[in-house]
Amino acid sequence: MVHAALVDSLNTVSSSLLRPTSESERLASSSARVASEAELRSLIRGLGGVDAVGVEARSAKLATRSLKKASKVAAIDLAISMVDLTTLEGADTPGRVRSLCTKAMYPDASDPTTPSVAAVCVYPDLVAHARFVLGSSPVAVASVATAFPSGRASLQVKLLDVAEAVAAGADEIDMVIDRGAFLSGRWGQVFDEIVAVKAACGSAHLKVILETGELVTYDNIRAASWIAMLAGADFIKTSTGKVTVNATLPTALVMLEAVRDFSELTAQRVGVKVAGGIRSTKDALKYLVVVNETAGSAWLHPDAFRFGASSLLNDLLMQRRKQRTGAYIRPDELSGD
Amino acid sequence: MDSNLPSTLGSFSYDPAPESAAIARLQSSYGLFINGAFTAPENHAQFATVNPATGHVLATVAQASDADVDRAVAAARHAYETQWSKTTGAERAKYLFRIARLIQERSRELAVVETLDNGKPIRESRDIDVPLAAAHFFYYAGWADKLEHAGFGPAPQPLGVAGQIIPWNFPLLMAAWKLAPALAAGNTCVLKPAETTPLSALILAEILQQAELPAGVVNIITGDGSTGSALVQHPDVNKIAFTGSTDVGRLIQERVASSHKRLTLELGGKGANIVFDDAPIDEVVEGIIDGIFFNQGHVCCAGSRLLVQESVAEEVTRRLLRRVDQLRVGDPMDKNTDVGAINSAAQLARIEELVEWGEREGATRYDANCTLPSEGFWFKPTVFTNVDQSHRIARDEIFGPVLSVLTFRTPEEAVAKANNSVYGLACGVWSEKGSRTLWVAQRLRAGVIWANTYNKFDPASPFGGVRESGFGREGGRHGLEAYLNV
Repeated sequence: MVHAALVDSLNTVSSSLLRPTSESERLASSSARVASEAELRSLIRGLGGVDAVGVEARSAKLATRSLKKASKVAAIDLAISMVDLTTLEGADTPGRVRSLCTKAMYPDASDPTTPSVAAVCVYPDLVAHARFVLGSSPVAVASVATAFPSGRASLQVKLLDVAEAVAAGADEIDMVIDRGAFLSGRWGQVFDEIVAVKAACGSAHLKVILETGELVTYDNIRAASWIAMLAGADFIKTSTGKVTVNATLPTALVMLEAVRDFSELTAQRVGVKVAGGIRSTKDALKYLVVVNETAGSAWLHPDAFRFGASSLLNDLLMQRRKQRTGAYIRPDELSGD
Repeated sequence: MDSNLPSTLGSFSYDPAPESAAIARLQSSYGLFINGAFTAPENHAQFATVNPATGHVLATVAQASDADVDRAVAAARHAYETQWSKTTGAERAKYLFRIARLIQERSRELAVVETLDNGKPIRESRDIDVPLAAAHFFYYAGWADKLEHAGFGPAPQPLGVAGQIIPWNFPLLMAAWKLAPALAAGNTCVLKPAETTPLSALILAEILQQAELPAGVVNIITGDGSTGSALVQHPDVNKIAFTGSTDVGRLIQERVASSHKRLTLELGGKGANIVFDDAPIDEVVEGIIDGIFFNQGHVCCAGSRLLVQESVAEEVTRRLLRRVDQLRVGDPMDKNTDVGAINSAAQLARIEELVEWGEREGATRYDANCTLPSEGFWFKPTVFTNVDQSHRIARDEIFGPVLSVLTFRTPEEAVAKANNSVYGLACGVWSEKGSRTLWVAQRLRAGVIWANTYNKFDPASPFGGVRESGFGREGGRHGLEAYLNV
């Protein structure tokens, strides 16, 4: 009956929508940002379009930045601390999750100066196992929920999914938006669902997965970013990692522009998580450059930027050792996942 | 609305990532490239070419005398009569393809030389100048055996000897723009690079040797204005192609007026970048930045006037100034540098003078928040707001990193303001509404109009101006016309 209580609390939120006088006041109050779907639509349309050619040219230019020496060493450590070490397979086992948690806390056992990663990201049924291993360590437990990855379930099922993950000890919930509703123009439904999930999260942080590969256009990605932020997302996240097109540099650029503009209006910092297909240190550093030059260094922190990845961590560790010793190590010297 | 969070854009530090200057392999002095060989440097008066980012001398180059110009033209004439005009198009294409590939092979060296001599960021010489130079040779190699299908009659003929005078802002690229179509069409050339940036053309001369281009087909002579003047007035030159300032262009036109010589001029500009209220704002800001700060604003088609619709002027300006502060100004050899050095002390003085006028006439000046190196020639990226149509900074070409922001209310007003200039080289139109973009573009008096972008170049696309920005086109099929007897 958990979900019934959550639906009730959502209804309370909806019925208490206020209409403060100025736009900034209204936007600053997270539960009362949008009174109707029409208002949501006009607000997002007012942002104007995104020019695909321009976005891709800008990200390609930023990708030519060259991080060397101390800035490279610092960036690698920062990237490690931003990793959501992820395993989202049907074949996941408690043992695999426990191993992953140990690696998350001590990524490079031979070098205790290596920072721990930000979080471990698992399916809801494995949250308890992760919680048990991580205990009170600073590494958070993140869980995908809301019928991940497709999101094709009723709101009640999604909320129950979230509630169970939170009850099992998840600190962060990675939800998926209803792409069907978004693409058919039912933005209000997408918004309401995020509001409901946010309420179900309680004190857990909410990351909203836009599944940008299914939204396709940058205009859609910007619109979905704003819907999620207005609905109370703590993070907006590119992808599930389960479709053909996952995180790309221009997509991240559009989302970072969105969080930057949102913070200017509301003074709230919404984080960005890029996920899927980021495997090399070189790629990770390109994302950090885009963060730095788009949203600013206030986002260069695990509280505001994350990499959803698995194999990326070992490449970061390899490059970290290379920076310190001048030589590459054999891949087998690092634990697999 | 201002942010309550402090602006930290771009504050994450990037350590210096300098490209190696040793790659340039510069000699201490250079001779002239005449009839397929370099002359001995000691046979000529020498003048120094400096690195504008440091003020240090890079090398000395030869000052070509009238007699040298004579020898170069004679070599070009001989090569034309005995060989190049009789060579088949496919054979000429072979050499052009070779040159293009050799430019690619030596691209890193060329990029370093270009940046050392010109002061432009290595990112631009590496990613734009050198690849585009190679692309021009590849493109015109393709035309060399298809001239009869280019729309200039069944058997278009070359003109003969072409005298080509190029500017200092894109030294290698301008050499490619001039040489590639001329050679494809069957002409021979005498090329004079700019006084302050002769080095990349001399590397190109080495490449021509490597490509085994027949002797005399291309001659490269360095020198000051007197060399250019001798070339322009030489009686055995059939064609003059000049890229540079409107003042010099006017002088050249006077000099060739009483001769048989063909002439094309690519001169100055005061490009208007027109921003409508529905334009994609983040990409607009990037486009404005590229439009005016690309190559330190040393671009004839620079978008040096921003015309922004009044309803979004405040928002666009706020974002623009924030972005200007993010520009990384400094060592051009650093791979992360966005804006490099001003090319010469003379150019710096001109920029300073016009900027002073801007302040005197009452415009509001904003300097980028950056520190400049202590040596060499530098100018902070600058934005003037509250600029009126009558201000000098809205009318005169500054040819530096200085933007003038003006506003408009209706499409008609935007067109009127954009056209209120003696120049007519390039404009940009920013709008999500295609019909409006086309309506505006049809009414702008400019040779090049970009829609939702700026400063995009491609060898297949003709480039050139109207009115005091010159005449003739470079690039594309149109670029052949300047070197064919049509």
